[in-house]
Amino acid sequence: MGIVTPQTARFDEPLKLVCGRELPSYELVYETYGTLNKQHSNAVLICHALSGNHHAAGFHGPEDKKAGWWDECIGPGKPIDTDRFFVVSLNNLGGCHGSTGPSSINPATGKTWGPDFPPMRTTDWVHSQARLADLLEIDCWAAVIGGSLGGMQAMRWSLEFPERIQHCIVIAAALKLSAQNLAFNEVARQAIEADPEFVGGGYQDSNTIPAQGLALARMIGHITYLSDDAMANKFGRDLRSGSLNRGETADAEFQVQSYLRHQGSQFSSNFDANTYILMTRALDYFDLALEYDGNAVEAFKQSQSSFFVVSFSTDWRFSPQRSREIVNALIEADRPVSYAEIEANEGHDAFLLPIPRYLDVFHAYMLRVGASD
Amino acid sequence: MRLDLSHIQRWIDPGSRVLDLGCGDGVFLESLRDQRQVRGTGLEIDREYITAAIARGINVVEQNMDESLANFPDHSFDTVVLALALQAVNYPDRVLEEMLRIGREGIVTFPNFGHWRCRLMLGIGGHMPISKLMPYTWYNTPNIHFCTVKDFEELCQEKGIRILARDVVGNTRPTPLLSNKWPNLFATTAIYRITR
Repeated sequence: MGIVTPQTARFDEPLKLVCGRELPSYELVYETYGTLNKQHSNAVLICHALSGNHHAAGFHGPEDKKAGWWDECIGPGKPIDTDRFFVVSLNNLGGCHGSTGPSSINPATGKTWGPDFPPMRTTDWVHSQARLADLLEIDCWAAVIGGSLGGMQAMRWSLEFPERIQHCIVIAAALKLSAQNLAFNEVARQAIEADPEFVGGGYQDSNTIPAQGLALARMIGHITYLSDDAMANKFGRDLRSGSLNRGETADAEFQVQSYLRHQGSQFSSNFDANTYILMTRALDYFDLALEYDGNAVEAFKQSQSSFFVVSFSTDWRFSPQRSREIVNALIEADRPVSYAEIEANEGHDAFLLPIPRYLDVFHAYMLRVGASD
Repeated sequence: MRLDLSHIQRWIDPGSRVLDLGCGDGVFLESLRDQRQVRGTGLEIDREYITAAIARGINVVEQNMDESLANFPDHSFDTVVLALALQAVNYPDRVLEEMLRIGREGIVTFPNFGHWRCRLMLGIGGHMPISKLMPYTWYNTPNIHFCTVKDFEELCQEKGIRILARDVVGNTRPTPLLSNKWPNLFATTAIYRITR
């Protein structure tokens, strides 16, 4: 994809939120890849997951070693082919990578929002994304695509703006969270809130950073992203230091421990704790069919899109069974749907990885997207 | 296109909804879509086929019809097609019942085990038949439930399934007289249009 440069869009029209409050103005940071065609019919929206951001593909400079989070799937000749599509990827409201969020200044007080930033729902994100589409003069997305929480936004798009989305691509997602999912998110939030440096979310005012809590939250999350097999293959019971020999008094350290600590500390230096709490709540509150009497079939009857649903065999966060619930509701609602269940060892994380069958079938589906233009 | 598939096209109404169980690479649904404006869905478990069918623009759901078809509502399709797959499922009778629950009509094609060559190979040669249509050895074959034209018609009668039409593919072309007159002996592939 080469070097990409983020842009910022400012919106001064207030955004009414599901929670009843409203954001008087806000900014969204986004990147685009590829070229918008004359008819503006080749635009594709990428929705990010829990800890994602706008930087989905390419590099930010010649020194940048780490490509965007979905670089495996976005670029010339890749499933989301930038030779064909104009790809828009943004940081969601409430994020901490440039879009307005808890670490932004609240214009009403002149101080950081902190924990007072209004709670977000996927519906709010979809409406803010629609404003970005208006700004970019995109009347209808050729596709809205997302994995995990991103897939939930894609589904929400198909209900909120049925006439503005032709294809809805939902990867490793679910119609709503299970009790187990909710439980993991709660433990992650508790880890953050129990950190004395969190100060009830007001850590920016007190010049502290709840790095411990955030790292712990990430470690918990990370375990749920990997499968048992993936962990076994990657680390097994290998030791990083010490030994399990008789007579050994010093603690031994397993590879998996040091890996998790590394992941945790990396994350806590790049991510905002209030954003993490906001994102996990958005995930918890997501229930596609809530406003349709809990009936996903009735919900999907609102949509006019074609759907492509993908799951991964060892994903236990949003297992294939959760994806089949989406597919079955779509079948019952008589919506066009394709579904592939990818054999993969990597668990939930598989949706970010270059698994050959995944890339092949994703690529195959994208052939029909924008094909009529 | 395979002969049995080109035979059954005419039984499918333009603009209708078709569910193809074991849709393969989607070539049949593609042709129905392009020639007859059919809204089709395919079921398939083979990964290569799924990708190929999706690349053709066909809607394919990765699902094993042997496990369940319960996610498809009653009468949600006009026609449900089961082409050369009846012999490969664990419970052919259940799949037939499900087809006619989901669809108004069903179309079934299967290799006829009563064909004279099969009979010769088994009856005289003493070996399980191997043919172009059934090229597998007995110990390594996806085909686990062979039947004859007679067997199938008896099953339909038992289950109260009505046979609307029967067609055959034989190797007696260009004069399909023999296979039409004595299908159980001369049809290589039997083709049925069924309903409740």
